[in-house]
Amino acid sequence: MFKYIVKRIVLGIVTIWAVATLTFFLMNMVPGGPFLSEKAISPQATAALEAKYGLDKPMSQRYFTYMTDALKGDFGDSLKQRGRTVTSIITSRFPVSARLGGSCVLVSMILGIPLGCIAALKRGKFADSLISVVATCGIAVPSFVICTVLMYFLGVKLAILPTIGLDSIKHYIMPVAALSFYPTAYIMRLMRSSMLDVLGQDYMRTARAKGLAGGVILFKHALRNAILPVITYVGPMLAYTITGSFVVEKIFVIPGLGGEFIKAINGRDYTMIMGTTIFLATLVIIMNVFVDIAYKIVDPRIKLK
Amino acid sequence: MAEYLVDIKNERLSFFTPAGEVKALNDVSIHLKEGEVLGIVGESGSGKSVTAYSLMGLTAHPGKLLGGNLNFNGHQIENMTEKEMRKIRGNEISIIFQDPMTSLNPVYTVGNQIMEVIRLHTDKTKQEAKERAKELLELVGINEPEKRLKQYPHELSGGMRQRVMIAIALACEPKLLIADEPTTALDVTIQAQILELMMELKEKLGMAIIMITHDLGVVASMCERIAVMYAGKIIEYGTADDIFYHPKHQYTKGLIRSIPRLDTKEHERLIPIEGTPVDMLNPPKGCPFAPRCDEAMKICLREMPPVTEFGEVHYTQCWLNQKEEMEKGASHE
Repeated sequence: MFKYIVKRIVLGIVTIWAVATLTFFLMNMVPGGPFLSEKAISPQATAALEAKYGLDKPMSQRYFTYMTDALKGDFGDSLKQRGRTVTSIITSRFPVSARLGGSCVLVSMILGIPLGCIAALKRGKFADSLISVVATCGIAVPSFVICTVLMYFLGVKLAILPTIGLDSIKHYIMPVAALSFYPTAYIMRLMRSSMLDVLGQDYMRTARAKGLAGGVILFKHALRNAILPVITYVGPMLAYTITGSFVVEKIFVIPGLGGEFIKAINGRDYTMIMGTTIFLATLVIIMNVFVDIAYKIVDPRIKLK
Repeated sequence: MAEYLVDIKNERLSFFTPAGEVKALNDVSIHLKEGEVLGIVGESGSGKSVTAYSLMGLTAHPGKLLGGNLNFNGHQIENMTEKEMRKIRGNEISIIFQDPMTSLNPVYTVGNQIMEVIRLHTDKTKQEAKERAKELLELVGINEPEKRLKQYPHELSGGMRQRVMIAIALACEPKLLIADEPTTALDVTIQAQILELMMELKEKLGMAIIMITHDLGVVASMCERIAVMYAGKIIEYGTADDIFYHPKHQYTKGLIRSIPRLDTKEHERLIPIEGTPVDMLNPPKGCPFAPRCDEAMKICLREMPPVTEFGEVHYTQCWLNQKEEMEKGASHE
């Protein structure tokens, strides 16, 4: 186990390096730059700015400077948000998105897993069809539509929920609902199909032949086998969800990290692009290690090498 | 009533599939005394497993029991609720399945899966259940039981896993053990070991066994009574001697002809039963075997033959036997 984790950390570092390198060169090859705008800035001013942030140097030199700084934990200043470092922006924004995304993952698991099980157990019956319809809607309807609908009915017509910000538990309800719709639907479908698969297994028949009650058969014998695909999905999903959603943050005016990704790209804020990308990549890698360890705990057949 | 441990009378069971009704069991009667071994042979889909499963109340959806009496050890199975059935399953009737590779839950240890059934049906403590599990593993011939209890199914071989399945089945000393093709998925050498083990345990524990198989060799060596099933009917029933030395039904005769033998001349071919199994969705009107039978008469295609009895146990359902008996009767007069 220890050896495995060390190996994964080393591999993770290599992956992050590759992601960072690729992002760095691709981003610099895209036309445009951080200091181009509609307002005419004098060439001298632009040159001065570029000199200040080192953008006048050749690309390879900038790459090495960035990488050595990054290794020391310095991800540079934001090119667009004057006076703020990339690290300070991420650390101030991430907790907001993490709380929202974390609740969303919890909600989607709490709803998705039991509903998927019910659909599998009631296969072909009304409950199954109903759940399937809801799941298809959840996957097909984009989150901005759900946000708008929720906001219109709950926020404006009935006026029972606040529409802006994240100050109280009440504030969380709508954004979490909007964000959870897709993952809930997805988990429901995963759970349904893997549960159906498990229900048809021979060991389920053995469990019945032992005289076990339905609940024990379901919770002890079926669930642990059926949950594996959900674990695979939830790991990376958690990484993406806690880094925020641009759409939901925009609509509900939430100061999360999701908007920063888009803002950085639109503004060619090179250091921010690098910072957010490396941050997301690191989270995804960490989550995948957790997924592997969770797998090992749930299914003893899996060997971590 | 207490004469038989298992007494199934005129069982009818159908599967209601979207394509139509499949009459999986059509008027099946079976009885078995305590400690007896009954073999049920027949090809896939003949209803041999369904008979056994229905006795445990394990008929898979969309199967439905339509009629008949299923008496087991004083219980009327057909009238029992699921809750009452659970007390019998794994306790008074146990079953071992065909494929030991998939019949154990991969995510729990062997010990967990054996102790589970002990703790369910007895009020033994965890420690006592563990002791019993160890005993059981020793009983089924698994060495180092202490170590095996902590292992997962994937760490054991197929033969070992089947031994574990047997240990689970015997955990509560059942009156009846159903063995659903217990050796089909195993190597030939392991097959013999498992069968031997089962017979040995039967002697020790005195339970009755229903042996479901399509391997006539298996029933020949183990079973006192044999039921030959075809298309949801018992077409011939008798002692092992009756079936192997005096088969009466054309299907049974065909089955016996198709067993490889050691004493045949070189290059002699096996004689297969021609044709394909019955389409259970559209069974023929008369005898289900008639379309494949060499000796079929007109009446065979029209009407199901009645039971012809030969002595106390041996009986068949075949018009040819009926005809012979009538001719015999006529010549006596």
